[in-house]
Amino acid sequence: MIEVKDLTKRFAERTAVDHVSFVVNKGEILGFLGPNGAGKTTTMRILTGFLPATSGTAQVAGFDVFNDSLEVRKRIGYLPENPPLYLDMSVTAYLEFVARIKNVPAEKRQARVSDALEKTNLADKRYELIKRLSRGYKQRVGLAQALVHDPEVIILDEPTVGLDPKQIIEVRHLIKGLAGSHTIILSTHILPEVSMTCDRVVIINRGRIAAIDTPANLTTQLKGGQNVHIEVQADQNAVCAAIRELPGVRKVSGEPAGGNGRVAITVETSPGQDVRSQIASKIVGKGWPLYELRGVNLSLEEIFLELTTEDSEHAEASPN
Amino acid sequence: MKGMYAVYRKEMGHYFVSPVAYIIVAVFLIITAYFFTEILTGYMQASFQASMEEAQFGGGQAFDVPSLVMRSFFGVLSTILLFITPMLTMSVYAEERRRGTMELLMTSPITDLEIVLGKFFASLTLLVIMLLPTGIGFVYMLRHSEPAAPWRVLGSEYLGILLLGGALLALGSFFSSITESQLIAAMLSFGAILMLWVLNFGSGATSSAWASGLEYLAAFRHYDDFTRGVIDTSNVIFYLSFIFLGIFLTVRSVDSMRWRRA
Repeated sequence: MIEVKDLTKRFAERTAVDHVSFVVNKGEILGFLGPNGAGKTTTMRILTGFLPATSGTAQVAGFDVFNDSLEVRKRIGYLPENPPLYLDMSVTAYLEFVARIKNVPAEKRQARVSDALEKTNLADKRYELIKRLSRGYKQRVGLAQALVHDPEVIILDEPTVGLDPKQIIEVRHLIKGLAGSHTIILSTHILPEVSMTCDRVVIINRGRIAAIDTPANLTTQLKGGQNVHIEVQADQNAVCAAIRELPGVRKVSGEPAGGNGRVAITVETSPGQDVRSQIASKIVGKGWPLYELRGVNLSLEEIFLELTTEDSEHAEASPN
Repeated sequence: MKGMYAVYRKEMGHYFVSPVAYIIVAVFLIITAYFFTEILTGYMQASFQASMEEAQFGGGQAFDVPSLVMRSFFGVLSTILLFITPMLTMSVYAEERRRGTMELLMTSPITDLEIVLGKFFASLTLLVIMLLPTGIGFVYMLRHSEPAAPWRVLGSEYLGILLLGGALLALGSFFSSITESQLIAAMLSFGAILMLWVLNFGSGATSSAWASGLEYLAAFRHYDDFTRGVIDTSNVIFYLSFIFLGIFLTVRSVDSMRWRRA
């Protein structure tokens, strides 16, 4: 449905998108994951025909986004980062206007608007002026705007920003419900969102694709780099030094855990190495009381950091 | 052209849902009504005085009050337009750019030309709505005046003000499309229109090629013939090409947003 080949976008002083290629199949939900400024929005803007690419091609439903821009735009529903709302219009008037400029024929317009209102749970706010709506409702109007002409492809730039947890869950359900009949690209920097809603993930950083795979595959791919969490009653430095001696250990860090002189140690191991038994015998051999020892699989969050951080000094930056 | 109509409708809605249009139209009508009565009473007094003199001393001047009133009034009207049109156009693109709604328009299946034309015709419609009530006074005056009323002159004057207004609106829209700030848009178009107005006075002092070139550009000079009831094709063509140029530049400017946006 969407085919992107060697897409590059250079601005005067930086390259926002650098030789990006990917394919999205019909009915699939593709997640764009990356830190702010990674090139997610720029890629989406090129796909929607808002920005021209510097080089490379992108096709939506077989049409080139640059040469057949109008054909592509007919088939795309797009929610930009800031929902493009006319504040002094009512919700219905706004959606009718969008339906008009998206070429929805007059006889279908009413039905399409009601449908979009229903899908986004806006029916009771339909006559409200948009400027009187809260942030979450405005976001939903933006979402309704992207759906109103029932497009084949829906592109959502951070669709859950500014919503409360309940609304986030609703929107995720809505997006999942749209898959199958629609092809969806969504961007986010919230990781659970990707593993919950997307069929495949593109991790993008500094304009380059760091990885493309299903969330499950990405997790197993890096499973080798397993972390071990230990809680032991001993001197922190002594424990760290002892574990560091073991083969296959890449990095050891510790911090005091609660009282009683216990310390929590996090051990990063090299891929393919299971050092749990060696750690256990080492600690028991030293006579330190061992309270906990468990392997921690890398979460998508850590994989993300792994792929997007240049140096390996990220252990303490992991947001949880 | 369906897209153009959709944009046109949205713009008209925007003008009349918000207080913007009402305030601009109201202020415009109060000012023009004031000038109309002032000019009318002024000429009526002059005419009355002239007829008194004629009765006393014989001779004297004959006054064609309706034509004089119309000429002076439409002269003033063009000056008022100088101040009003920048306010009509300042938000047209600047506000859409600031709010990000330009991104919606530009990713919808409508061409840039449809966007620009829809917006231009909406502002032109507002101008017509603004001008219509000024006709009431003239219709009343012309029906009650002797000698017979030159309706044709009134028609040419309205055509002139519409062409001049259209040219100023096209210019103002262009300036609105190059910035995100309404204030900058208003200042730029006001300054540009003022320059075109000043050219009217500066030209004619010398007779070099430069002077005649500048004289041609003086947008307000071409309007004078219309106030006299003369519809000169060259003036009509001047304004139409002015409008086309404005629309063309705006389309280019909208298109260039795609290339500049970082």
